[in-house]
Amino acid sequence: MANEGAVSAAPAHAEVTRRATARRVTPRQEGPWRQRLEIALFVTPALTLMAVFVVWPIASAVRMSFYRWKGFGPMDDFVGWRNYDRVLHDQVFTDAIMHNFTIVILSILVQLPLGLAVALLLNRKIRFRGVLRTVVFVPYVLAEVIAGVVWFQLLQPESGVVDGIISGIGLTPPEQGFLGTPDLALWTVFVVLTWKYLGLAILLFMAGLQGVPDELYEAAQLDGATWWQTQRRIAIPLLGPTIRTWAFLSMIGSIQLFDMVWILTGGGPANATTTMATYLINQGTGRYNYGIAGAASVVLFVIGFVMALAYQTFVLRRDTQTEG
Amino acid sequence: MASRRKKEFGGGSPLVYFLALAAVALTVGPVLYGALGGFRSNEQLARDPAGLPDPWVWKNYSGVISNPDFWRYAMNSTVIALITTVVAVLFGVMAAYPLARYQFKLREPLFMVFVLGLLFPAAVAIIPLFILVTRDLHMGNSWWGVALPQAAFALPITVVILRPFLMAIPKELEEAALIDGASRVGIFRWLALPLSVPGLITTGVLAFVGSWNAYLLPLLLLQEDMRTLPLGVADYSTEHSADTAGVLAFTTLAMIPALLLFLTMQRRIVGGLQGAVKG
Repeated sequence: MANEGAVSAAPAHAEVTRRATARRVTPRQEGPWRQRLEIALFVTPALTLMAVFVVWPIASAVRMSFYRWKGFGPMDDFVGWRNYDRVLHDQVFTDAIMHNFTIVILSILVQLPLGLAVALLLNRKIRFRGVLRTVVFVPYVLAEVIAGVVWFQLLQPESGVVDGIISGIGLTPPEQGFLGTPDLALWTVFVVLTWKYLGLAILLFMAGLQGVPDELYEAAQLDGATWWQTQRRIAIPLLGPTIRTWAFLSMIGSIQLFDMVWILTGGGPANATTTMATYLINQGTGRYNYGIAGAASVVLFVIGFVMALAYQTFVLRRDTQTEG
Repeated sequence: MASRRKKEFGGGSPLVYFLALAAVALTVGPVLYGALGGFRSNEQLARDPAGLPDPWVWKNYSGVISNPDFWRYAMNSTVIALITTVVAVLFGVMAAYPLARYQFKLREPLFMVFVLGLLFPAAVAIIPLFILVTRDLHMGNSWWGVALPQAAFALPITVVILRPFLMAIPKELEEAALIDGASRVGIFRWLALPLSVPGLITTGVLAFVGSWNAYLLPLLLLQEDMRTLPLGVADYSTEHSADTAGVLAFTTLAMIPALLLFLTMQRRIVGGLQGAVKG
């Protein structure tokens, strides 16, 4: 209703002042209260939804972590830091942290060069490039669960295709299968994750390569640079911000890893692939140790948060500074 | 991507084609194995895991297509993904609008709330979320009970992607509309929304596919007839572990919708992500 008033009043006013003050028309003319009301109107739904389904549950996780609670009855058995003490001294959990970090580091060490190589390759003038681009992106689109189920079949001991290929070239596949051998399981999960997520790296790097001005390549070409030289001296350095953004996304994803592990190994064999997320789900919904699960979630959150903050401060700041 | 000029002078040598082919084989191999495996019998699969269908068997796929559970899961997935998408995009663009077009003191702090939201992994909140939705809100085992938390977790990325889109609208357009007597709310509806459609589509597809593929939250909240396709696939593969061909057919059919959506929208998504990476 207030809108209609503004609409009918404004034209007459505007006729007079149009030329004189056109440049000075700012929202402030509508009055600060009206503007505040509009802002509140626009942001309240989003903030409410996040308050209820993001902030409140996380706050509850923190609260839960200080109680011993089995999920029923009142939460009144306050135990202080005991759950944290237990979680941090539980070797399954400390191993889980190691597994998460192994995946974080391996992802960057392996997927970055691989993704870069494929992106540069697909950026060349080759036939069927459009099709190739689409194809390499297919695994990223699939649900982790669905990709996991297919790989689970491929990796079946003896009857699976992977074992078939390995015996076909004269090697002996592990007796318990790749997912059943504790020393190999985490690496196998990582290989499947790389298959699944390389497409995102390629997509982002290729998007970044679009931003490199043609003139740079042309100038280098005129100066007699080879294809590889232009890539190494021009394309890759200019991809810096994109690479750093991708690495950030990759880290955040690796820290939260759950779906793929749950489908492929369930955290086994002998906890060889447990991640922080599978640990807390197991403690929470499997054993009803909600306090332990709460403490594990807080540890997961703190690790992720510190990592993100450190990355933001030391690595990404350069990019945002030049942008802003 | 379509409007590319002669940017790359490295053409295709046999080595390049070989590498490209290897990348393609590794990428689509497993997917193709699943799709073709669905056309084989379990006996064929056991005899030669890597072989081609011989003869082609249709009963696995027809079995899935005539399985009412499959369609029930597909419907649950669709409805939940649609609710998630509509809520996330609508609330997201509403929140992004003042953050992009209004000048006020709390603007950047408010935007930081959404940026920080990116750092809150759903796994951290999952157990309390489960308790909140099932016990306090009595929305366990329902479409809304999964869709609303998913939309809440999709909001940060939606706002972060949409804000640069809304900021890019020329100030002159807005001023002209203001002079012509439009209200700010009117500008939102008739100027900002239509002009940010590419961003809305990008964030919409991301929210939809994210929901379509989600596993953890549905795993805790949905049972029996309310299950979504990823849950259905996972459960089917454990319940029918002896029927590999059936599992492969089920899995293959479950991948198709998200695949189609993403492939048709691919260009838009790349454009949107590019804007987000640069912005």
